[in-house]
Amino acid sequence: MPDVTTLIEVLLIVIKVVVIAMILFSLPMPLTWLERKVAGHIQVRLGPWRVGPHGILQAVADAIKLMLKEDITPDKADKFLFRLAPLLALVPAFAVFVTIPFGESISIPFIERDVTLYIADMNVGILYILAIAGLGIYGVILGGWASNSKYSLLGALRSSAQMISYEIAISFAAIGVVMIANSLSLVDIVGAQSGSILNWNILYLPVGPVWFAIFLIASLAEINRIPFDLPEDEGTLGAGFHTEYSGMRFSLFMLAEYVAMVTVSILCVLLFFGGWNAPFDMPLPIPPIPAIFWFIGKVSAFIYFFMWLRFTLPRYRYDQLMTLGWKVLIPISLVNILVTGYMRI
Amino acid sequence: MEQLFFYIFSIVAIVSAILVVSVRNPVHSALYLIICFLQVAAMFVLLRSPFLAAVQVFIYVGAVMVLFLFAVMVLDLGKERLKDSMHSQSILGGALAIVLFFIAFYLVYNGDIVAPLGAYTETALMKNTEVIGAALYTKYIYPFEVVSLILLVALVGAITLVMRHKDN
Repeated sequence: MPDVTTLIEVLLIVIKVVVIAMILFSLPMPLTWLERKVAGHIQVRLGPWRVGPHGILQAVADAIKLMLKEDITPDKADKFLFRLAPLLALVPAFAVFVTIPFGESISIPFIERDVTLYIADMNVGILYILAIAGLGIYGVILGGWASNSKYSLLGALRSSAQMISYEIAISFAAIGVVMIANSLSLVDIVGAQSGSILNWNILYLPVGPVWFAIFLIASLAEINRIPFDLPEDEGTLGAGFHTEYSGMRFSLFMLAEYVAMVTVSILCVLLFFGGWNAPFDMPLPIPPIPAIFWFIGKVSAFIYFFMWLRFTLPRYRYDQLMTLGWKVLIPISLVNILVTGYMRI
Repeated sequence: MEQLFFYIFSIVAIVSAILVVSVRNPVHSALYLIICFLQVAAMFVLLRSPFLAAVQVFIYVGAVMVLFLFAVMVLDLGKERLKDSMHSQSILGGALAIVLFFIAFYLVYNGDIVAPLGAYTETALMKNTEVIGAALYTKYIYPFEVVSLILLVALVGAITLVMRHKDN
């Protein structure tokens, strides 16, 4: 019989997992509303307006619509894989959050113990995230193949080629950060950036900004957002890999996509913008701002940035996308690794 | 507890490995191979090697299998063709597999292969990457360099095979 401390540990882990999963499940609702609002204002429109004040309940209406819609499985589709694919897209997107730290630790008032704001601090944290996030592609490939439709298949093929190409650049950027921080653990990587804004990896001159640019571009391509959303290029492919999906299964793909956007924003903050560290010490004797607010604030800024990009940039052509990945980002990464290594000696 | 997990992972791995070679559809085969690789990664965690587990998922599941699926989808192998090209090798393959199992059984039974597992401590886990890196770059530096050379040759060979010369 395990003792009480072990039981409480296990219980805490279960609670953390449930809380994070609930947050991730509900996060796309405000994010879709926000994205459409941002789109509207960038294009000098109002955006959603009719459901609730400023259209704030639009996401609820959308959710009801998606749930009530008929779920169509094409006749010639591979039924098993067609049903499995949305889950294959969703599970890795959630599983990544096992190692993502949201802060160091806080003390809970009633049970009088410190609770860490992450589920597990692995010594291979960043490798785990890259590995698991890479699995999300199977939802796209298998979904596109199982639909048995030419648009879906072409979308899936494009997507797999794109994700394989850009995964290399992402890994290089991660290696750069690991070289700077001397650790694969995300908690240590953030810890190495504490102190002031000058210790953040983005300001590790001259290589920091280059790594950040590579990471940002490659991760935009990984999560299939504009300007790299070739897999769902309406002009040539219908809706790409999810052309044949409808109702709940379609919304699972969308859910995975939004969670991936949040993940990338969080990774940008953790790897390059100091995580939950404040940019400078408060000079006045006012109560310090809790670390978690810095973290959420930085992540929100990145989410807004990704939405802003979506309605600002045009889509890349497919051959340009491949050229950018293989002939620009990867050579720059190789040179940058040499420079980083030289600086770390 | 650890043994229980070991049995779960190994049973799933073996069943999915059998399914890889027995199902007709190449895409389904690939899916079962992914499941098999994931079980192997889980076993690396049980063997106190989180680094190898992450690399297994990263390289095999995340990259190699995607390329497999890509090739299968582009080539569109007919089920019949796949069957034709398999059956001549099945006797030899079966014989080799039996020999391999026999050798493995012999070695384990005699106690020639033992891998005592240390305690599941935090320090052992946290130093994992360092230990592997140090071993690769000191004790095993020559095999490591040979492997990189082989990879380089394979890379150049692959590029030469698919390169198209411009005739003008």
